[in-house]
Amino acid sequence: METTRNELNKNLAQMLKGGVIMDVTTPEQARIAEDAGACAVMALERIPADIRAAGGVSRMSDPAMIRGIQEAVSIPVMAKVRIGHIAEARILQAIEIDYIDESEVLSPADDVYHIDKRQFDVPFVCGAKNLGEALRRIEEGASMIRTKGEPGTGDVIQAVRHMRTMNRQIRELVSLRDDEVYEAAKQLAVPYELAKFVHDNGRLPVVNFAAGGVATPADAALMMELGAEGVFVGSGIFKSGDPAKRAAAIVQATANWQDADLLARLSANLGEAMVGINEDEIETIMAARGE
Amino acid sequence: MVVDVSYISKEHSAGAQQAASGVTGILAVQGAFAEHAAMLDQLGAEWKLLRAAEDFDNSIDRVILPGGESTTQGKLLRSTGLFDPIAKHISAGKPVLGTCAGMILLAQRLDNDPNVYFGALDATVRRNAYGRQLGSFTATEDINVFDADGSHAAVITDFPLVFIRGPFVVDVGERAQVMCRTNGNVVALQQGKMLATAFHPEITEDTRFHEFFLSL
Repeated sequence: METTRNELNKNLAQMLKGGVIMDVTTPEQARIAEDAGACAVMALERIPADIRAAGGVSRMSDPAMIRGIQEAVSIPVMAKVRIGHIAEARILQAIEIDYIDESEVLSPADDVYHIDKRQFDVPFVCGAKNLGEALRRIEEGASMIRTKGEPGTGDVIQAVRHMRTMNRQIRELVSLRDDEVYEAAKQLAVPYELAKFVHDNGRLPVVNFAAGGVATPADAALMMELGAEGVFVGSGIFKSGDPAKRAAAIVQATANWQDADLLARLSANLGEAMVGINEDEIETIMAARGE
Repeated sequence: MVVDVSYISKEHSAGAQQAASGVTGILAVQGAFAEHAAMLDQLGAEWKLLRAAEDFDNSIDRVILPGGESTTQGKLLRSTGLFDPIAKHISAGKPVLGTCAGMILLAQRLDNDPNVYFGALDATVRRNAYGRQLGSFTATEDINVFDADGSHAAVITDFPLVFIRGPFVVDVGERAQVMCRTNGNVVALQQGKMLATAFHPEITEDTRFHEFFLSL
């Protein structure tokens, strides 16, 4: 991937900032998401909560299904590939997807290597639960990062943990003397240049969203408070009682996350939230996939 | 290039709270609004983010509509109550700059979308005119700028253009003047003190376009 293309891909993530990216499984849901104000949709056959319930191997979605969603909406359409699945990524590039999520939500195809994302023209977003993972994905060519959280649970604790961990590690790196950054890079298992960027700039070199377990407007506002630049909502919307209303409320909560009076109004009468599973009740820890 | 970390929490420039006038209001409901703020800081101009209707106070005499998703921004413009004060600002002929999604919000007509937002820019604009993200590109072109009476004033030479799932103008009405074309398509318009670009001057290092906007 040429430098310009990588830069254009980072730029698209900049345009998504302050927005909500919603998981959708049908063109109908995609239209509901767009009407509610989603800044992009993630097209997938089964939302994480159902993947978790169904078990078995979870793969890239049918390209025909993704095309149906591309035709239904005018906002960017993302889709997931399995970690390390180069061929699935090539297929999504061939159908001109706007962003590929190399995602721990699907069953990993490779338990050692991630995709060399620099070989692609389409952008990639990857999950990370700490600074080391984030910078390794960026070195591989990811142009956007999201916390992993724990998808399909409706439990925000892991997204919070990952966002706090990443930002704490960034602050620690900033506080170091210049000559200590070499050792820090070694400890983080990341290239020196990226550690140096974080040391000098106090942030990742790409946009960083929150994901995994966001189910309410308050969850979205919490993640923005903790430094997220936007929010992915997976199962939280279409597993709830009134998806259109909840989706719109989460969009506005993400935009106006500091306004508690507004959040109180947005949180009222939203109907049933997704049931959710506590993190200690789940069998598969998706966040552990791909370090 | 990502925007400086301080802009994740910065809501206004140092002097904007005290200023009685001369503040640029940047629509901040979704998108790349922080990038415009960073650009205005480089130029020493006062600015504040517009997140809610009450943020639009008397100190604001120019408005920026940033890049992002126009459908998202259009919806939030209504629900935040920011639509009316900004519409009033535009119809009074005061300075406004719309980039990418901002151009769509300003347009009188969209040729592939039934929505019309401010409906102020005398032109027909096509959303996602270059297709999906693989169609995003960069170019370098000269930009023509005009005086208040519509006469040609100057040229900003060799300006870097960055298009991200960008629109272009398919039909220019009588009141709008073409500032820039690339590959034969109109990608920037001026209509009095209204500027609209299909590209993103705020994500380049070049401050000249913003300087011109601040001179209006």
